[in-house]
Amino acid sequence: MKNTGLFQKLGPFFGLILITIVLSILSPSFFELNNILNILRQVSINALIAFGLTFVILTGGIDLSVGSMLALGAALTAGAMTSGIDPIIAILLGLMIGAAMGAFNGLIITKGKVAPFIATLATMTIYRGLTLVYTDGRPITGLSDSFSFQMIGKGYVLGIPFPVVTMFLAFLVLWFILKKTTFGRGVYSIGGNEEASHLAGLRVDRIKIGVYTLTGMLSVLAGIILTSRLNSAQPTAGTAYELDAIAAVVLGGTSLTGGRGWIFGTLIGALIIGVLNNGLNLMNVSSFYQQVVKGGVILLAVLLDRKKAA
Amino acid sequence: MTTKPIITMTNIHKSFSSVHVLKGVTFDLVPGEIHALMGENGAGKSTMMKILSGIYTKDKGEITYKGEQVEFKGPKQAEEAGITVIHQELNIIPNLTVAENFFLGKEKTIGRSGIMKNKEMNEEAKAWLMELGIQLDPQKPAAECSVGQQQMIEIARAVSTNSEVLIMDEPTAALTSKEIDVLFNVIDGLRRKNVAIVYISHRMEEIFKMCDRITVLRDGASIGTREIKKTSFQEVVKMMVGRDLGEQFPERTNNPGKIRMSVEGLSTKTGVQNASFTLKHGEILGVAGLMGAGRTELMRAIFGADKNTSGTITLDGKALEARHPQKAIEAGLAFVTEDRKGEGLILNQTVRENLATSQLKRLSKWSILNRKKEQQSASELIERLRIKTSSMEQPAKSLSGGNQQKIVIGKWLATEPKVLILDEPTRGVDVGAKKEIYQIMNELTKKDVSIIMVSSELPEILGMSDRVLVMHEGTVSAIIDRTDATQERIMTAATGGE
Ligand SMILES: Nc1ncnc2c1ncn2[C@@H]1O[C@H](COP(=O)(O)OP(=O)(O)OP(=O)(O)O)[C@@H](O)[C@H]1O
Ligand SMILES: [Mg+2]
Repeated sequence: MKNTGLFQKLGPFFGLILITIVLSILSPSFFELNNILNILRQVSINALIAFGLTFVILTGGIDLSVGSMLALGAALTAGAMTSGIDPIIAILLGLMIGAAMGAFNGLIITKGKVAPFIATLATMTIYRGLTLVYTDGRPITGLSDSFSFQMIGKGYVLGIPFPVVTMFLAFLVLWFILKKTTFGRGVYSIGGNEEASHLAGLRVDRIKIGVYTLTGMLSVLAGIILTSRLNSAQPTAGTAYELDAIAAVVLGGTSLTGGRGWIFGTLIGALIIGVLNNGLNLMNVSSFYQQVVKGGVILLAVLLDRKKAA
Repeated sequence: MTTKPIITMTNIHKSFSSVHVLKGVTFDLVPGEIHALMGENGAGKSTMMKILSGIYTKDKGEITYKGEQVEFKGPKQAEEAGITVIHQELNIIPNLTVAENFFLGKEKTIGRSGIMKNKEMNEEAKAWLMELGIQLDPQKPAAECSVGQQQMIEIARAVSTNSEVLIMDEPTAALTSKEIDVLFNVIDGLRRKNVAIVYISHRMEEIFKMCDRITVLRDGASIGTREIKKTSFQEVVKMMVGRDLGEQFPERTNNPGKIRMSVEGLSTKTGVQNASFTLKHGEILGVAGLMGAGRTELMRAIFGADKNTSGTITLDGKALEARHPQKAIEAGLAFVTEDRKGEGLILNQTVRENLATSQLKRLSKWSILNRKKEQQSASELIERLRIKTSSMEQPAKSLSGGNQQKIVIGKWLATEPKVLILDEPTRGVDVGAKKEIYQIMNELTKKDVSIIMVSSELPEILGMSDRVLVMHEGTVSAIIDRTDATQERIMTAATGGE
């Protein structure tokens, strides 16, 4: 893992630079500071979800319910605010609900012994259904205009969009957890060999529930940022977000079979997707073709990764 | 020997990145012989055979097969040419059945349709296994078979190919003496059919009993080839390690003290029935039995690895309520598992990381890992067990089998346990390292550590145990004192006789 060489590991990073250079040449407005900040802001939502998914995938699991958790968490937070609860409290509540949804996923997977794909496929539908029930299928508007709530999605710190700051802070904290704590080591070990980890005394179930809980919380955090930006909570928010998030994780070099990968890669993966989206938009490529290009890039990245491994 | 060699390997070199593993080995094999390949862990035996069978490509050197120069592109090609390998690491797919594993890659189909003749395959697999004296339901998932049974599936699979050359890389490591006897009969039969056999093992007795010639490797170079009849244990050991080793088993001088742990009426869903025994301070309790007697299952139950057990375990006067390995570790237990690939190691992780998994708590503060301490612990263990690795950052999967085994032992020594459970601790370990492990066991018991050692090697059981517990079909059939323990008594108890 460590001696595969930094150069190889940095493959995605070079890919990102290459794409950036190409897009800068093709579209002059691409490399302007404003546009870069704009990209980063767009990326932040996918990145937060993908950070959580990195943990899940490292344990050898998967979480398809991230988009639905985002929507339900955001709707409940918005609902709390419209009913007059202080925005900060509402946000904390929302995050706790996210944690609870994630923990529920984790419980079904560990205690119920359901395969993660199936378990989260089911809860994806359940959480989405609950969102529709709660919102009655309509957006929740008329949210708090308090400074703190507006700041989350639209604010700036020293000229940097607040969501971007949030993303980088989350990255640093999660990087530390994964790299430096026993929990992080446990995540890698479980993905590498679950039985050996169990016999070495690791609390396999707890760690697994932990990663799903974390993912639930991060998904709702992304949902709250989205809600603040749009000034409304949409019942269909986050639909298919799991695909971009998984793509970011895989582009970053994390193995879907677990045990190998890193969160820096995921950040780069999310940036690649964001840069592509933005650049193709600037060049007026139709959204239909955009999908083809995005899919092609993912395929290419994974194929290159295979080559290296062989 | 007068017959012409079927295989000659001349001056073979091989490096992995910067590590020079084979430095010009030379080897030849004639039809109708069993040719032993010996050498310390990491000497390059497996690598050499993987080059021969096309799994690795050599950097330099020459291989001739039936008089022609060859370079196989992969194991499939080698097998088609008549060279079959039983690898050191098991290649069993756990969720396939016994028969499916047996026929993997060469399934019997109706014509070329791809539709499998399951019934026929089941019957044939069963028959081949019967020939090896193994009664196994061909439709049983391989995951439910013991390591020994899995090994027998691989052997049967290899034997059934009718190859002209059969390479066996430590085939008996996971087997008990009864299966080994059957296997030897089979090998003997193949020899008479003029098959050429390469036999890699660390068990000296086997080699002197079965083989015709022996080639010794040390540090990636051939030290020499001898005829078994014209050499001795001492000479071979000296060729391997470069010095005399003395007695195989160091003397047990420690006198066990008071009772430390008692197990009463332990039963499990996995087949252990009503097992009771005690373990004293500073004692080595050997656990013998045939394959499938429930020895590993008993150990797993004590360690809390499996749920749904009944019975009581008392350690130092306190009941061990532990039904989770972590609780057991906290109480002072450690468990060196028998299947290093499946249960002992995280193959993709580095040596350092593997050595840390059992002791994350002590290497961290407020859940934050202390990298310095982790590295320090790793380098101490590497030195203490003389693990052969290019650095502590080498992935565990690229170490030789015996060195992987040392990692598993090392990670548990690091926890400084009160009771150390060893399940086949010297499997795949070379003679020198074996003796080192025995010496470590002796030192530990002097420091009052109690050891339970499950082993299928009777000499090891007899040489190291203070008492011997024998299991038969899930029950404890005898507990024999060191002074009364003999091979015969143990075997009688193990087979259910009086
Ligand atoms: N893929 C690999 N990458 C790097 N080093 C390797 C690789 N495979 C083997 N080695 C190194 O080559 C050396 C020889 O290994 P090999 O497996 O041939 O030993 P061996 O003689 O079979 O030992 P054992 O008795 O323990 O099975 C070891 O030091 C090992 O670490
Ligand atoms: Mg080997």
